[in-house]
Amino acid sequence: MNRISEAFNKKKKNILSIYFTAGYKGLNKSIEIIKNLEDSGVDIVELGMPFSDPVADGPIIQKSSETALSHGMSVKQLFEELKDLRKQVSIPVLLMGYLNPIIQYGVEEFCKRCSEVGIDGVIIPDLPLDVYERHYESIFENYRITNTLLVTPQTNDIRIKQIDKKSNGFIYVVSSNGTTGDNKAILHNDYFAHIKSLQLKTPTLIGFGIKDNKSFLNACEYANGAIIGSSFVKHIESSCSTKHIKSFVDEIVKS
Amino acid sequence: MYTVDDNGYYGKFGGAFIPEMMHKNIEFLKLKYLEIIEAPEFQVHFQSLLRDYVGRPSPLYFSQALSDLYGGKIYLKREDLNHTGSHKINNTIGQILLAKHLGKKRIIAETGAGQHGVATATVCARAGLECIVYMGATDVARQQPNVEKMKFLGAKVIPVTSGNKTLKDATNEAIRDWISNPESTHYIIGSVVGPHPYPDMVSKFQSVISEEIQKQLLEKTGKANPSKVIACVGGGSNAAGAFYHFMDEKEVELIAVEAAGKGVETGESAATTALGNLGVLHGAMTLLMQTEDGQIIEPYSISAGLDYPGIGPLHAHLFDSNRATFVNVTDEEALDAALQLTKIEGIIPALESSHALAALEKIEIGTDEVVVLNLSGRGDKDMETYLNYYKQKAQ
Ligand SMILES: Cc1ncc(COP(=O)(O)O)c(C=O)c1O
Repeated sequence: MNRISEAFNKKKKNILSIYFTAGYKGLNKSIEIIKNLEDSGVDIVELGMPFSDPVADGPIIQKSSETALSHGMSVKQLFEELKDLRKQVSIPVLLMGYLNPIIQYGVEEFCKRCSEVGIDGVIIPDLPLDVYERHYESIFENYRITNTLLVTPQTNDIRIKQIDKKSNGFIYVVSSNGTTGDNKAILHNDYFAHIKSLQLKTPTLIGFGIKDNKSFLNACEYANGAIIGSSFVKHIESSCSTKHIKSFVDEIVKS
Repeated sequence: MYTVDDNGYYGKFGGAFIPEMMHKNIEFLKLKYLEIIEAPEFQVHFQSLLRDYVGRPSPLYFSQALSDLYGGKIYLKREDLNHTGSHKINNTIGQILLAKHLGKKRIIAETGAGQHGVATATVCARAGLECIVYMGATDVARQQPNVEKMKFLGAKVIPVTSGNKTLKDATNEAIRDWISNPESTHYIIGSVVGPHPYPDMVSKFQSVISEEIQKQLLEKTGKANPSKVIACVGGGSNAAGAFYHFMDEKEVELIAVEAAGKGVETGESAATTALGNLGVLHGAMTLLMQTEDGQIIEPYSISAGLDYPGIGPLHAHLFDSNRATFVNVTDEEALDAALQLTKIEGIIPALESSHALAALEKIEIGTDEVVVLNLSGRGDKDMETYLNYYKQKAQ
């Protein structure tokens, strides 16, 4: 069983997944930040691979990507940085990014390197289900890299079931119609309740616009947990010290 | 052979690489667009607007002066004489009818030179729909007359400050808007780019250009097919329209002209086929200017309508299969070609179209050849650029 499924087996509720952009705080910082997150009690980390044209992202993550690219972050550099990931980190780590840099790196080579450094899965917003099935599914499976697909308030039930069938890590429930960090995203409880009522086989995490204790706990009522991105990226703008990260996580999970 | 397949591909280019947030709108369009736009009532409405509102057919003008200079018989397809000043109106008329059919209340668009923005603002005014145009802040500054027109027409122009602040960035912002407003909004893409079915749909709306060229040439020369068709390529919509009915006519040479900017070797260029390779941007697999790491390279051209880091998937396929010849033209060559046409024909071309004109220098034209050059737009919007250039050159 891979680390993602293990994490959901061990803890069925209130899973906290944190996103940040690799390279945003400089090169060779990723493992240190992931380690700080793990030590603070975070369950899953999504490490963003910066892209010049991130259409599903709002201003905060866009800007963090620009900064990361200006520091020289690239897919190649990232894998170099992640070589010792599994010597220090035991929670699941996913890479999140757009398709083009992965295609340029080579999809097969990308999956191979992911499995070598201990990356458990990927989230690629502009890789839709049908393209995934047609071109990439067998490659991802060969290297045991899970592909997390998104559902949105616009995704109909038939398609949600198809996505559930194809999913092997968790399903990313996009909280509302919007981009990352969008504030209208919170408290869409009818939609969350509907997703819950479908009783999907795959665990679900709610993301986009989750930013504090209140929105986190609300999301956890309806899903196995939630994903926080923009709010964390904003938080580490000033510092990514152990203490600073811990205070963020403590504030989110306090009950 | 050059039309789109069922999955939205032209050869290995095209498809719909979209986030799930766009799936419902794109899937609906994909399933329904042909049925909607080919329906007799739609076509009757579309054709009548092209005739009475746009002013079609646009003339096919024989230029004795250009023929004398470059040889052959050179015709100009006068898309510059369309309402709003370019070919862009053909597509926006089609898409606004589609948007009405879909019951959408709000229209968004991206624009570079502002011609697509003006065309969209125009059809929105006519249809009574809210109109938001995303435009790179750099382009807002260099295409002021069009910005004023859009505002006067009631559109809201939103300057985009990310990236290079040009067309690519405006497109990103429009996509983000659509993701955030999927129910109320239709996105009128201005070129043959984006996810399937946009490239095919926009090509079909623009194909009125080649359809007319065939009819007009037959009348004027007794032969429907020219030897060459020349058009500039930003995303590629005017070229797609000019090439459409000739793509399967082997004897017709298709010549696509890209913007070399300051020169393809200078790092300040928008010549995608010279500099690009396969990748995914704005929902399509196509040729793109990018780094080894897959980051999109900011393109450069003096012409706001041509500085896009990619080309539409149809054009990528025409290039890849050697069906079309791609040439590129620098800022300076285009500016000189603009002045030349102005002087010898009394026609001030759009800076984009000037790139197509400058290509005449670079190709061989036989004495008996009939050449059609698509004059995609008029130069009113570019007067300041032209005047500045010649003021500087005189010094
Ligand atoms: C007059 C004119 N020609 C050409 C273009 C380039 O677009 P496309 O390549 O889609 O025809 C533009 C774009 O703004 C334009 O305004």
